[in-house]
Amino acid sequence: MATQTAAPTPAGKETTPAASTVRKPDRRFNSAPILTTVTWVLALIFFSPVLWMVLTSFKQESAAASDPPVFFFAPTLDQYRAVLDSGAGSYFVNSAIATGVSTLLVILLAVPASYALSIRPVKKTSDVLFFFISTRMLPVVAVIMPIYVIAGQLKVLDNVWTLVVLYTSMNLPIAVWMMRSFFLEVPGEVLEAAQMDGAGLMKTLWRVLMPMVAPGLAATALICVIFAWNEFFFALILTAGQSATVPVFLMSQMTSEGLFLAQLSAASVLASLPVVIAGWVAQKQLVRGLSMGAVK
Amino acid sequence: MSSPGRSRLRAGLAAAAAAALVLTGCGGAEAEGKNEIVVAIVSNPQMQDAITLQDEFKAQYPDIDVSFVSLPENEARAKITASVATQGGEFDVVMISNYETPMWAENGWITNLQDYADSTEGYDPDDFVPTIREALSYEGDLYSVPFYGESSFLAYRQDLFEEAGLTMPAKPTWEDIRGFAEKLDDPENDVDGVCLRGLAGWGEVMGPLDTVINTYGGRWFDEDWNATLDSPEVEAAVTDYVNLVQTYGQAGAATSGYGDCLTLYSQGSAAMWYDATAMVSSVEDPSSSLVVGKTGYAPAPVEETESSGWLYSWSLAIPTTSEQKDAAWDFVSWMTNKEYIQLVGEEIGWERVPPGSRLSTYENPGYAEVAGAYAEPTLTAMAGASQENSMVKPVPYTGLQFVGIPEFQDLGTRVAQQISAAIAGQQTVKEALEQSQGYAETVAESYQNGGS
Repeated sequence: MATQTAAPTPAGKETTPAASTVRKPDRRFNSAPILTTVTWVLALIFFSPVLWMVLTSFKQESAAASDPPVFFFAPTLDQYRAVLDSGAGSYFVNSAIATGVSTLLVILLAVPASYALSIRPVKKTSDVLFFFISTRMLPVVAVIMPIYVIAGQLKVLDNVWTLVVLYTSMNLPIAVWMMRSFFLEVPGEVLEAAQMDGAGLMKTLWRVLMPMVAPGLAATALICVIFAWNEFFFALILTAGQSATVPVFLMSQMTSEGLFLAQLSAASVLASLPVVIAGWVAQKQLVRGLSMGAVK
Repeated sequence: MSSPGRSRLRAGLAAAAAAALVLTGCGGAEAEGKNEIVVAIVSNPQMQDAITLQDEFKAQYPDIDVSFVSLPENEARAKITASVATQGGEFDVVMISNYETPMWAENGWITNLQDYADSTEGYDPDDFVPTIREALSYEGDLYSVPFYGESSFLAYRQDLFEEAGLTMPAKPTWEDIRGFAEKLDDPENDVDGVCLRGLAGWGEVMGPLDTVINTYGGRWFDEDWNATLDSPEVEAAVTDYVNLVQTYGQAGAATSGYGDCLTLYSQGSAAMWYDATAMVSSVEDPSSSLVVGKTGYAPAPVEETESSGWLYSWSLAIPTTSEQKDAAWDFVSWMTNKEYIQLVGEEIGWERVPPGSRLSTYENPGYAEVAGAYAEPTLTAMAGASQENSMVKPVPYTGLQFVGIPEFQDLGTRVAQQISAAIAGQQTVKEALEQSQGYAETVAESYQNGGS
């Protein structure tokens, strides 16, 4: 933050009088640590529930339930062992299939769609965009019963591919909107230059546009992964023994009789790891993309 | 020019998607040779033990492949009800209770298990606790079999009673409880006089409260289906309950349910707790409780009746939509027979045995050793849990802590919200009951107009 605000000042030569009054070295010297402290405090506040979850996952159930809360305790891996013993594997496999395949499908469908809505706009683009996003306006709970009954009649209840289809359609509108905004940022001159050089549609899309929107693509894919991985409602209602996903597994760690906080925390830590890793991987791509944009 | 091409593409995509659905639909259904069954259960500790022990089942029945769906009570109930009511057919075995069993049997949603139970060698359905067996039967036949059964009783801290020089009578009344709570309530040491459920929900505050209403002589409906929630008996019962928990109960009573009271009591922060007999498996479990061995168990407090406990059972049923009924029964009988109790006792621990389902459990020396303090009170509570012993006036419905009609889930929860608001001090008991009476009258109409 500090370096970015400092950068424009040499360019502002015309405003020297104003700039000289603002540029009191001692004041700026003071604000930096305050800003840093505030940032850290905010970050810690936001992070504290996650930290508490990680801490709780290493407790025994009685320590996790104690009031006032315990901060110092003998850490144990019992909860992780219990979670892994309860057959978490198949849930993770189902989640990986539902998330991976749906995200892939979304990207495959959203890239051409958003291309057609930005760079080569079709007729009534805004209507099409509205039509896309309108599917997100109906609350899921309002359509769950028809979906359940239809899935029951098609004999696709408790089937991971049903989730793939639903997650694809759930994420597609968001992906189209996001990718469209990234495509819109591509300067028209670049496309004209590609055309002049004789590049066809596929070549332009693949060799010219893709590298330029790669960070956007990564961001879109990450959002889709997060939404699909964390999706709970469809998974709860439409799956049973064969195709239940990780959020349903988390739910099954809860009980109405007995203590469950520590084990639930351990399961939650394991469940959030893939998303954290995906975010970390995508982050590198995102940062590179941002710096590329800055040079442009 | 471009539109025909696009529509062809669209048609192609649609066909591919349809093909994918059809293919996966066929692929998921059956594997060759093995019977696959899906079991939906409630994720309480004893049920999770059954999942842990599934290898034993698979060793005994190698050609049955069993998978589990386990969810907390409310989610499980919603999912199982949705599936069975719409004939969704995802499940071969479902865990339901004595609330659902007679209604679902009447609707033809679940399979008659009497012949299965009679013809399975060594299964001995007559060994089930009689009140439970009756509650799970429809027209004399079992439609679900009990995995565990519970009634309600009063847990109290013997050490605190001793310190204060108090003695718990053999048959305490609600007035006794109020007196004890007054003496034992000790905010300075973080000990509440009593913990009672206050959370809105027909399976939460209404559970214990309904038994209080019963023993005070109140009822939901009279024999002609007139709603009677505004009667003086109901008002007296609710007033005493609300006052007791407001004055000597836990903080935040209006939002605390079974789980919260369990946490409070097992962490030593409550002197008494009136709730399900199933509490013992957590209260007496050293890995989660700080009050192991310090608890005495007294019968559910009464006012005008012999006994006042409720009756509840988590039981296993087979939906009529199941295509694997024989394999499903193999699993159901494995999880509810005498050997299973022995298996849990030996493999996991006798304090984790599912209680209250079979009389033979209480004759088992292994169980008697750990359950000395609560085996007898549990069995007595369950034996007394019938409408004859626990209600003053006759009623046209089944159930003690619930009204055995489909509308009750909704009605019970609405009334519970009113009671919960009264506990929170947002309205008086009288106002809460006036509102509740209105809800009950609406439901009653359909039964008065030539209903069942």
